[in-house]
Amino acid sequence: MPSSNRIAEAFAAAKAQSRPALVAYLTAGDPSPERSASLALALHRGGAGILELGVPFSDPVADGPVIQQASDRALKAGTNVRRVLEIAAEIRRHSAMPIVLFSYLNPLMRYGFDALARDARDAGIDGCLITDLSVEEAAGPVSKLRAAGLDTVFLAAPTSTGRRLKLVSELSSGFVYVVSRTGVTGERSDVAASVEPLVNRIKSMTGKPLAVGFGVSKPEHVAAIGCYADGVIVGSAIMRIIEQNGHAPDLESRLEQFMRSLSGKEDSPR
Amino acid sequence: MSNDPIQQPDSGGHFGPYGGRYVPEILMAPLEEIERAYAEARQDAAFQAELAGLLANFAGRPTPIYECKRLSAILGGARLFLKREDLLHTGAHKINNCLGQVLLARRMGKTRIIAETGAGQHGVATATVCALFGLECVVYMGEEDMRRQRLNVFRMRLLGARVESVTSGSRTLKDAVSAAMRDWAANIENTHYLLGSALGAHPYPMMVRDFHRCTGDEARRQILAQAGRLPDSIVACVGGGSNAIGIFTAFIPDTQVSLIGVEAGGRGLTTGNHAARIAGGSPGVLQGAYSYLLQDDDGQVSLTHSVSAGLDYALIGPEHAWLHDQGRARYTNCTDVDALNAARTLARTEGIIPALESSHAVAEAIRLAPQAAGKIILVNLSGRGDKDTGIYRENFPELDTPDAQ
Repeated sequence: MPSSNRIAEAFAAAKAQSRPALVAYLTAGDPSPERSASLALALHRGGAGILELGVPFSDPVADGPVIQQASDRALKAGTNVRRVLEIAAEIRRHSAMPIVLFSYLNPLMRYGFDALARDARDAGIDGCLITDLSVEEAAGPVSKLRAAGLDTVFLAAPTSTGRRLKLVSELSSGFVYVVSRTGVTGERSDVAASVEPLVNRIKSMTGKPLAVGFGVSKPEHVAAIGCYADGVIVGSAIMRIIEQNGHAPDLESRLEQFMRSLSGKEDSPR
Repeated sequence: MSNDPIQQPDSGGHFGPYGGRYVPEILMAPLEEIERAYAEARQDAAFQAELAGLLANFAGRPTPIYECKRLSAILGGARLFLKREDLLHTGAHKINNCLGQVLLARRMGKTRIIAETGAGQHGVATATVCALFGLECVVYMGEEDMRRQRLNVFRMRLLGARVESVTSGSRTLKDAVSAAMRDWAANIENTHYLLGSALGAHPYPMMVRDFHRCTGDEARRQILAQAGRLPDSIVACVGGGSNAIGIFTAFIPDTQVSLIGVEAGGRGLTTGNHAARIAGGSPGVLQGAYSYLLQDDDGQVSLTHSVSAGLDYALIGPEHAWLHDQGRARYTNCTDVDALNAARTLARTEGIIPALESSHAVAEAIRLAPQAAGKIILVNLSGRGDKDTGIYRENFPELDTPDAQ
């Protein structure tokens, strides 16, 4: 059992307000590890209900150019798993926002799953999503993470067969990350129409919350997805703002405002 | 045509703990599709006959084995034999796997082929089979490798392929693999990823090995016919490890035959500029497979170096990791300088200019031969050196002056 119910509570709170939970992805360490907690808190102020805190990796095969470059910058700034856990702990000191550690497998494997489960829990992390950990290979890491009370989130894709969707739903806890389309992470002008039937298929298999990501960058995406899914994940659009504003002193307020615009909370001059 | 399968991975594609499937969920469906299609094709006599016909009539199989009598005499020890994969169409062993996979792609109804390439040999072989079957072909190649292997870039284009320059990361083979995986994830419907080595997620390491095992099957028959016995050692270079696993496989049950893989020692192991995964790496996951990986303390993949682009990769094929752990194969390494010198030695004693990759195996054989009187060493000469002429010129400037001798 998860030691906290922060993830479940975030979905429940959004549901009570008849809106999807906003899940914000942030590559830890970009532009610098010192800045990350402050950026995360800004995303939260803007309406992010859940944070996906990304561990940078040298070879991010599932990511498009924006997150690849964010990873490169974070690595150059000296970010490693230990530093990401420190960032999580710093965020936790200031906020109860649920945190999902989002990583490729190798950095976590190198850190060791026994140590990771313990240290992530101690840092106040709520769950873990490992992009290139297929459900077939997941038994070991999942049992260690779950034993420490961490949720394990897996990806469901448009290409997943029924058998695979069932495995993904069963092995996921906290929520299921529904990938909206084929390809890699990155903004799109439209969100694939095929994601709604996919969400409905998974709904028939599990009562766990379903959050949709890949390509989400606009308020209308959030509104549309919110009609059928429990959560909406935004990543590349956030990292692009960070890329373009680097060390600008008002980066926090820009991120906060962007999140507000997504959630429809801002008074937008049209 | 082949002996019974020798070392099969489990149903999840594991060789011992190595291999497996470590990819984003999006790529699991196409991997399962390839696995199914390949399992059927393997049992299909018509598929096997078509492949055998192409290997014989298009690629030029069987390749001979050749005894290096002059070089053996000079070294004064073992008898050296070469398996002449360098004589194959397109200049290296890579064509074996490309023909197998292109037939499989056609069977799956794919109209577009993508591939990664390091030295360009796999890219050229892929472009070749795509031209042969009229398929669209896109080859991803690191910008740095494009610079090192300009001739192969041009050959791919001449064959009708599009060469995409990869500018991310170290701009070499691993970045080309990532770029190809990203393309594949976006174009699964019509695209087959023709992976060029015994790497990546299951079923690639097994399938690529199977398409190359003709090398060892032939060599085993040939050495028995020519020398009247099995060799004492087989030596092959190991990047991903496809030519090595191709020749090793037939000999794995012959436990008296030692199997030696040669990795890129680059500028020397102590410099950190190398691609010797067994000597300098530790188990980890890269691009679909779990195996020995060059990585730092934080689990980030290390930058590798080799004068030979085809060996310049941070992960060794998973079956090699397992052969190493079991003690069935031994993995050593050879520096850039030794490989370059071995190429010159082979050129001058036997009239054969090897590819820089294969030169690593030749260098190891040269090192072993003097202490191995009466022994037979069989080297897999996986490719010819035409593509490396530019690098040889750079490294032997004394041969490139007007009055050079």
